Amino acid sequence: MFKHTSPRFKMTVMAGVLAGALLAPVAHAGLVKIDGSSTVYPITEAVAEEFQKSVKGKTKVTVGISGTGGGFKKFCRGETDISNASRPILKKEMDDCKAAGITYLELPVAFDALTVVVNKDNTWANELTVAELKKMYEPAAQGKINNWNQIRASFPNMPLKLGAPGADSGTFDYFTEAIVGKAKSARGDVLSSEDDNVLVQFVQRDKSALAYFGLAYYEENKDKLKAVAIKMDDKSPAVMPSVETTNKGIYQPLSRPIFIYVNAKSLQNPEVRGFVEFYLKHGGKLAKEVGYVDLPARAYTLALENLKKGKTGTAFGGHAEVGVSVEELLQREGKL
Amino acid sequence: MQATDLQLLRAMIAQHKRYDILFGLVGLLATMVGVVTLLVLFIDLVLDGYPRLTYDFFTSFPSRRAEEAGILSAWVGTVLVMLVTAVAAIPLGVGAAIYLEEYAPKNWMTDLIEINVTNLAGVPSIVYGLLALGLFVYILDFGQSILTAGLTLALLILPVIIVATRESLRSIPVAIREAAYALGATRWQMVSDHLLRYSMGGILTGIIIGMARAIGETAPIITIGALTFIAFLPPVPFTIDPSTDLPAGPFDWLFSPFTVLPIQMFNWVSRPQAAFLENAAATGIVIIVATLAMNGLAIWLRYRIRKHIKW
Repeated sequence: MFKHTSPRFKMTVMAGVLAGALLAPVAHAGLVKIDGSSTVYPITEAVAEEFQKSVKGKTKVTVGISGTGGGFKKFCRGETDISNASRPILKKEMDDCKAAGITYLELPVAFDALTVVVNKDNTWANELTVAELKKMYEPAAQGKINNWNQIRASFPNMPLKLGAPGADSGTFDYFTEAIVGKAKSARGDVLSSEDDNVLVQFVQRDKSALAYFGLAYYEENKDKLKAVAIKMDDKSPAVMPSVETTNKGIYQPLSRPIFIYVNAKSLQNPEVRGFVEFYLKHGGKLAKEVGYVDLPARAYTLALENLKKGKTGTAFGGHAEVGVSVEELLQREGKL
Repeated sequence: MQATDLQLLRAMIAQHKRYDILFGLVGLLATMVGVVTLLVLFIDLVLDGYPRLTYDFFTSFPSRRAEEAGILSAWVGTVLVMLVTAVAAIPLGVGAAIYLEEYAPKNWMTDLIEINVTNLAGVPSIVYGLLALGLFVYILDFGQSILTAGLTLALLILPVIIVATRESLRSIPVAIREAAYALGATRWQMVSDHLLRYSMGGILTGIIIGMARAIGETAPIITIGALTFIAFLPPVPFTIDPSTDLPAGPFDWLFSPFTVLPIQMFNWVSRPQAAFLENAAATGIVIIVATLAMNGLAIWLRYRIRKHIKW
């Protein structure tokens, strides 16, 4: 077929080889890859935006959303430099990272306050205790607890309609841990949605509805919803969710720190280190701007020190804890 | 006796005509349900998003401030992904269709291929995403890049192009083929000088309809790991890349991280601030208008090309 190797044929071959060489993947210098929780996303987005402006495009930052769990999967395969997490790393994920030889730094970046909301016309539920919330949401309540007067005798005889974030979200994990006492343990017969805006509309339209989600969603919809104050038990004071109460650490047990996990090896890359330092220096202010609660100033200083020391590991050991101060977490021995 | 027969007959005809009108109304209703729903949705989208459709919206990167946020990286990403899709899917799709229609022997093998091609058109797009994640991202190591996304969408629309091209080739009378052979044309000459020319309208329609489907696809792109926040553009060939201080190679952009319009929209929809929902609506308008424009182009091309062909 190719009896005459014409010059034209040779050129075609050469062009093909050349194209192949040019097509070979190039390493992306100056790229910081981040993925993970949608709850942490708005803060990381804000930090990435400001950081890229401050270095004038010398470092490129990409942020994805695949949920806390999905983010850790990629992180423990070494595909990302930083993982956004709305809960501490789990035992299973720690093992995955260990198997792949990945060590990491755990850095809290802000607080999120889970807010329990009811309809504007709900005149009776101004404050609820943890025990009452547990009675509503625990698995045993399924099909049995469906009237407000079952929660407290003084409440009206009215159907109780519940909403909750989807089972894949860190918010759901944390709420069940803090209220029911066991992560992911909850009744199934509630309106469950991955999109918090759906829950906002649900509570806004139904006088007898109750749901919970992050403080940012409440702050944006203050005119349409009513937040419920939370009491640890009957004797403790009722605390309203707000930036102040969360920052002071008195909005318990529904405020939680949210984290970024940084691959220790990526930190050798000056771009990643620069980004993380920028995050800890400016993250608090930016977190407030996008509707979250900043950590106490001392927590950011401690986190920066941990970064400098290169202190790896998690302070939790594979499960979420309720009601620990961020400063204490940062001073604990890290486990890998 | 005859008179009553006639009366019965007339009554029957009148009855059938009533059914006819009734069916027409039912049909009209069925049509209106689709059209009106789409129209109401579109009008709602336009009312929400129209004020955001400014020049700045198209030239700004995403931002935490909804009023400053734009879709620059998203629309550039969409255009580049579509470019890769077109370059990959058109030659493969049209080539496969010509082979199956004009060259392949009719036996059980080609029957099998035919059934598979038709079935592939109905496979959910997420399955293509999973396939691409394994093949392009992990085995071929293309990463979560424009190249991966473009090839994934090319796979997705390949069956559409193959089926449309074959239909179009089939509609050309056999006499044309025979006439070409009678004048001494080889099979390739017959295909390239006659069949491709006459079927171009149908082929282009298939390609454009396939591309219009690909532009709004989100699931496979999310599966391969498209990112949400990108505030930079892929490197322009031969310009200095600020992150490396080196001139970018001619194909570096293929391996750049990217985002596309539907993903940007999805991200904004789930944000608490109402201003982000307006951005999402504006992005929705851009996607719908792009899809409508592509479909419009397909109709216009078909009309133009068919006008010059008479047999």
